[in-house]
Amino acid sequence: MSIIRSLRLLLTACLLALMALPAQADDAQAKSLLKQLADAPNAKKGAVISDIASSGDERARQWLEAFADGKLAQNEETGDFVIVLENRGRNWTVADALSGEEIGEVSRRDLDSIRVNNALRRELDGILSVIDLTVQDPEKRLTAARELRGSVDETLIERITALMEAEANSDVKAALTEAIAIYKVDALGDLDAVAQLSGSLNIDARAALTNAARSDNAELAAAAQTALDQIEQKLKLNNAAKTLYFGISLGSVLVLAAIGLAITFGVMGVINMAHGELIMLGAYTTWGMQQLLPGQPGLALILSIPAGFMVAALAGVAIERTVIQHLKGRPLETLLATFGISLILQQLVRTVISPLNRTVVTPEWMSGSIMINEALSLTLNRLYIIGFALVVFAGLMLIMRKTRLGLEVRAVTQNRAMARSMGIKATRVDIMTFALGSGVAGLAGVALSQITNVGPNLGQNYIIDSFMVVVFGGVGNLWGTLVAGLSLGTINQLLEPWAGAVLAKILVLVFIILFIQKRPRGLFPQKGRAAEG
Amino acid sequence: MTQSTNYGQSWLTRPFTERSTQIFLAVLLGAVALVTFLNLTMPEDSALHVSTYTVTLMGKYLCYALLAVAVDLVWGYLGILSLGHGAFFALGGYAMGMYLMRQIGDRGVYGNPELPDFMVFLNWQELPWYWYGFDMAWFAFLMVLLAPGILAFIFGYLAFRSRVTGVYLSIITQALTFALMLAFFRNEMGFGGNNGLTDFMDILGFDLRTDGARLGLFVASGIALAIGYLICRAIVGSKLGRVSVACRDAEARTRFIGYRVERIQLFVFVVSAMLAGVAGALYVPQVGIINPSEFSPLFSIEVVVWVALGGRATLYGAVIGALIVNYAKTVFTGVMPDAWLFALGALFVLVTVFLPKGIAGLLAGLTQKKASTDKSVAGTAQEAGV
Amino acid sequence: MSIMTEFTRRDRVFEFLAPTQSPVDVRHGPILYLEDVTVSFDGFKAINNLNLTIDDGELRCIIGPNGAGKTTMMDIITGKTRPDTGSVWFGSRHNLLNMNEPEIATLGIGRKFQKPTVFEALTVFENLELSMAADKRVFPTLTAALTGEHQDRIDEVLDIIGLSDLRERLAGILSHGQKQWLEIGMLLMQKPRLLLVDEPVAGMTEQEMERTAELLTGLAGKQSVVVVEHDMGFVRSIARKVTVLHQGSVLAEGSMDQVSADPDVVKVYLGEDD
Repeated sequence: MSIIRSLRLLLTACLLALMALPAQADDAQAKSLLKQLADAPNAKKGAVISDIASSGDERARQWLEAFADGKLAQNEETGDFVIVLENRGRNWTVADALSGEEIGEVSRRDLDSIRVNNALRRELDGILSVIDLTVQDPEKRLTAARELRGSVDETLIERITALMEAEANSDVKAALTEAIAIYKVDALGDLDAVAQLSGSLNIDARAALTNAARSDNAELAAAAQTALDQIEQKLKLNNAAKTLYFGISLGSVLVLAAIGLAITFGVMGVINMAHGELIMLGAYTTWGMQQLLPGQPGLALILSIPAGFMVAALAGVAIERTVIQHLKGRPLETLLATFGISLILQQLVRTVISPLNRTVVTPEWMSGSIMINEALSLTLNRLYIIGFALVVFAGLMLIMRKTRLGLEVRAVTQNRAMARSMGIKATRVDIMTFALGSGVAGLAGVALSQITNVGPNLGQNYIIDSFMVVVFGGVGNLWGTLVAGLSLGTINQLLEPWAGAVLAKILVLVFIILFIQKRPRGLFPQKGRAAEG
Repeated sequence: MTQSTNYGQSWLTRPFTERSTQIFLAVLLGAVALVTFLNLTMPEDSALHVSTYTVTLMGKYLCYALLAVAVDLVWGYLGILSLGHGAFFALGGYAMGMYLMRQIGDRGVYGNPELPDFMVFLNWQELPWYWYGFDMAWFAFLMVLLAPGILAFIFGYLAFRSRVTGVYLSIITQALTFALMLAFFRNEMGFGGNNGLTDFMDILGFDLRTDGARLGLFVASGIALAIGYLICRAIVGSKLGRVSVACRDAEARTRFIGYRVERIQLFVFVVSAMLAGVAGALYVPQVGIINPSEFSPLFSIEVVVWVALGGRATLYGAVIGALIVNYAKTVFTGVMPDAWLFALGALFVLVTVFLPKGIAGLLAGLTQKKASTDKSVAGTAQEAGV
Repeated sequence: MSIMTEFTRRDRVFEFLAPTQSPVDVRHGPILYLEDVTVSFDGFKAINNLNLTIDDGELRCIIGPNGAGKTTMMDIITGKTRPDTGSVWFGSRHNLLNMNEPEIATLGIGRKFQKPTVFEALTVFENLELSMAADKRVFPTLTAALTGEHQDRIDEVLDIIGLSDLRERLAGILSHGQKQWLEIGMLLMQKPRLLLVDEPVAGMTEQEMERTAELLTGLAGKQSVVVVEHDMGFVRSIARKVTVLHQGSVLAEGSMDQVSADPDVVKVYLGEDD
């Protein structure tokens, strides 16, 4: 406890150092309050404490905490009040109580600690628990009010009730009401309070209700049980939403990883086993960017999007020109050759960079989470990736449907000879298509660098999944890839709770293997003459 | 007579009359006999002595060669590129491993007469049902054939019936072995999880650590390769072998002249899986361990490149490829381990782009050139039309 | 169990061992009926309410412009494509819609593709050997050994198709016309009751065409033959009865002269030809 307090102390000290200016005006009043505290006899110190607490001074909490720890002292020579930061040895490190600035070491003999006794400590504890409820910032008050739930006792109840009634902010008020209700259910077995708690997702509220449900008072027990059942319902709903979120999040990762393949394999019919390594290159590009721009992970990440695309696209073109074009019409040989390339790329990264995983920093605006309610919060980085996946998908759809390149790609895919005779340069289309598919793999790598380890094996972990998604969705169908990716991600997450992560993955693989046997052309097959080839 | 195949002969005796098979068997069995002789008779300090370590290494290569022959049977003659043959190899290996585990008896670290060490360690109370019978050699050896055979049968039945072919089949065979790898990594499966099965002591009553047992296993591997080769030759030399090639090149046509393509594919696939299982079973006692890494997709696809290097649809090419690549691997990983994956990767690319018919194709090209100059060819006009 | 007794029955021989006696019931005349057959791909009706009857021993030519559904019709008869509606009967006993390609082939329907498909990695001899009517299940195929009788049969067909000199050559090196002949030879080896021949003379010289015409007319009577062909001269030289397909259904049927005179036919097909 005291460690946390002193840490908090340090933190506030630093903060205060930053905000020293506005505080100065009140310094005279503050000093006089502290002087009263030092001079008052123990019996009267309680009143002074209340004055300090209700002064509204931002530094009040810090002084009182220091006082409770016996770390508030007066310098005998200067008469200034200090907070002891380090009290080992002869010389103690202290900070000025008013400015919060560290002022170095002072001999312990020169310091006169303001004494505190147990009765005062109890009073201080009570005051400190609610002191944050009186600050200006409603966000801080809300946090303080939420933290109070489950820790209200009879010494605090009056104060909190008074604060609750005076509170203007409705969120804070609700949180305080809940805190009071938890206390009432727990300590008093209050029926009205039980009703107030029904539907609450707070863990302390549930604990209080669970206790009440076991009480001898049948009426109370029944009411508590009803409330608990309602909570259970709500939790189930929230859990379902959470699973769905994770499922969609995993699914969008799969879509990202597979969508490039859907182009090279689905549209061009090229089996590129090095696709995973193109993803890996994208991830390493992000890492490289962050090395180039130290201290600006966010900017580096944004720049990595075009850079990752380019790096992977160029690598893809190199692969297409050197190997794949010589193996046209021999899909199995293409598969083997590109697998060889994937081995070379992996080993290249191991030799040139490192066999170990690299850390890619998540920028601040991507970390953290959005709290929907107490049982459900959505992590930001996954939310971004879902959005990114959808944007990439929409972009690809546009390219394939609306641009000249898309038209030419579809023409070459359907009838190469005819397309050529109409003046389409098939070779150029091949290169562009492959560059596009590879570039998208690079984009997937940039996104993946935010949620997984960036290492030489990154690509291998995704290649089988990617193929499964494309085949499951129906080759040559971008919509199929989207639906397949999202549904496989969700299925995986649905299975995980009762099967475990590994078994869930196995089950999904087995499911796809069986599915392909049943419908060899996937969810959305092409039909008719075009499918015969 | 230019006619190389005797269509009228029984399928079982036909291989013995084939020139290429005779040469192959002579070289293989001769080499095995020579190594055995040198190992047994030459004094250790002699330059001609073959150490037991080398013998075991060669035994391992022979197992790989048998696996490569199995892959060539389905890829070369049936056109099914299996990227999951490592799974059958590993299943055969696990069946053998389970037998060897049970042979340890109460000599394990924990001294439990019934349970293998890893089960005691994981607090298993009793032997799972699927371990029953593996204390008996005949049962375990039967399982070496049946475990891969049944998996291949179920998988192949579903896949071929639905006419899943080409790259789709390749991808799902890869998914199959990947799923099995994940499954065998789980401790709950009861196959030793990560660590697999190891610390074997004896096989059929012989101490595995003795030179004699190791030599015996080497010879057994050689004989298994010879028999496996003969079985494959018998199949590919038969009418069924020609129908397989027909399925490979023109599946629809084969159906329209009345063959049940899916059944032919299934039969050959299952035979191939069983051969792979035998290879795995002989491999395990020689290397002393079987763990889930044998299921890794990388291993399976590596086998394919052995076959590609040696030359598809020749069988002996598969053997040559397996021996060369694995010898190179041993040398490379000893001298410069980092370079091995570069070399292997380059091999994949170079073989597929520049050497589509493999080493066997090169050899055949040389001999054919000679033959075609000897022979006055009838129907040269038709050839010009190609 | 019932399978075992089926195999061990001695009172009859297997169908495949009795090549001359077909199980096909043609006592009521026609060997092939197609009734109200419709099949569509993605909304496009490739075959639309098609009705067609082929008599036993008949030689029928089917003509029609591109996309009339000729190849799709063959796909349906041989079990490659399943129609959405309608029924297809072989004789009056066998419902072809319940059978797959090998079963239909074994029953006695042989097919020659539009693009000649032979087994290019096998010799001419082997191509014929595989096509020969025999027990085509897995194990009998594995243990099959060629008898002198078989050899004679293959030699006979080699002679008919004029490829005797090339028997040991790989089929892949044959010229286009030779592949066509080889494929016809493969059909003959099957001893089918009904031959479906898709564009048999494409890529053939005048001479070869004449021989093909001779061969096909020679077969008619013993076997039923359905020929799909674009070459009007060839059709005229062999046709007794012609069916014109248009947009997936029968437009006209009759002798070549009757059909040529039909104004509808002239409009959709022959008109373009002139």
